[in-house]
Amino acid sequence: MALDAGKQAPDFSLNSTPDQRVSLRDFRGRNVVLAFYPADWSPVCSDQLPIYSELLPEFRKLGAEVLGISVDGVWCHIAFAKSRNLRFPLLSDFEPKGEVARTYDVYRKREGFSERALFVIDREGMIRWSYVSPIGVNPGADGILEALEGLQPGRKP
Amino acid sequence: MSRLRPPLNAQDHVQGRHDAPIQLVEYGDYECPFCGRAHLIVKAVRAMADDLVFAFRNFPLSQVHPHALRAAHAAEAAGLQDRFWPMHDLLFENQQFLEDEHLFRYAGLIGCNLDQFAEDIDSDEVAEKVRSDFLSGARSGVNGTPTFFIDGERYEGSWEPEVLLSVLQELRGARELR
Repeated sequence: MALDAGKQAPDFSLNSTPDQRVSLRDFRGRNVVLAFYPADWSPVCSDQLPIYSELLPEFRKLGAEVLGISVDGVWCHIAFAKSRNLRFPLLSDFEPKGEVARTYDVYRKREGFSERALFVIDREGMIRWSYVSPIGVNPGADGILEALEGLQPGRKP
Repeated sequence: MSRLRPPLNAQDHVQGRHDAPIQLVEYGDYECPFCGRAHLIVKAVRAMADDLVFAFRNFPLSQVHPHALRAAHAAEAAGLQDRFWPMHDLLFENQQFLEDEHLFRYAGLIGCNLDQFAEDIDSDEVAEKVRSDFLSGARSGVNGTPTFFIDGERYEGSWEPEVLLSVLQELRGARELR
């Protein structure tokens, strides 16, 4: 159930817009917050992602970028991001559906979407923290902030 | 269980005695309709629970609610003239009217010195207070608005008035038995 801390984060390359692809390896040297969520527009996701958007300056101070991932298509992502003014990429795990979610072991086969799962990945591409929230519960940002603070230079892992 | 960080302190705007036996803290957004409803409920509950201290911290989701941040700044600017709560009430009672012209009208209505208010609403001090409230919320596990903390622990239950009131009453009952 969900890849654990200490494992190498599987690389992926997904579209964030119809003509832009984002790969995890592009972020080597930066920490990454990978936020899998079930669906654009669902009430819980609509609260969760705007909080991350507000916190982007703090995440960046901690050397991190945020990536959202769901099985929705790029056009859906564009409309959703615009409606919530999200300022980080939403990646489309659309074809083959849920493939990246499967490699992180957070795909819900019966429903056909991913868990609400968070991964903090360090500068070398290692998973340093992961958390799967009950599907209807917004996990907020406190766990992410603590995990990122633990990765700051001079702090013991 | 998510804990309130930092705990209630001198930076907080409070209603009721700082040392009241039960603490209720709300993280809210002046443009959020759920917070507008919660505002009425908190008022009703406060009226019935006199041993309660209530504090409000700002959690404006400014990307979703375009007036929320400015409204929070207005409340804090009024607070610098000891008029936080009257402004807080006016903002929640007029959530559809949060343009600058309205904010300044409210400031006038509650007796703020308007030149001072105009200076403060754009000040770094006020912006930093609101941001620091927001960050304390993020650290405390706030995941939407409104989020309540009762005696420092995130309250996950319903905030319908009868439920909230009975939770607070039970807490008080448990204290008295001790």
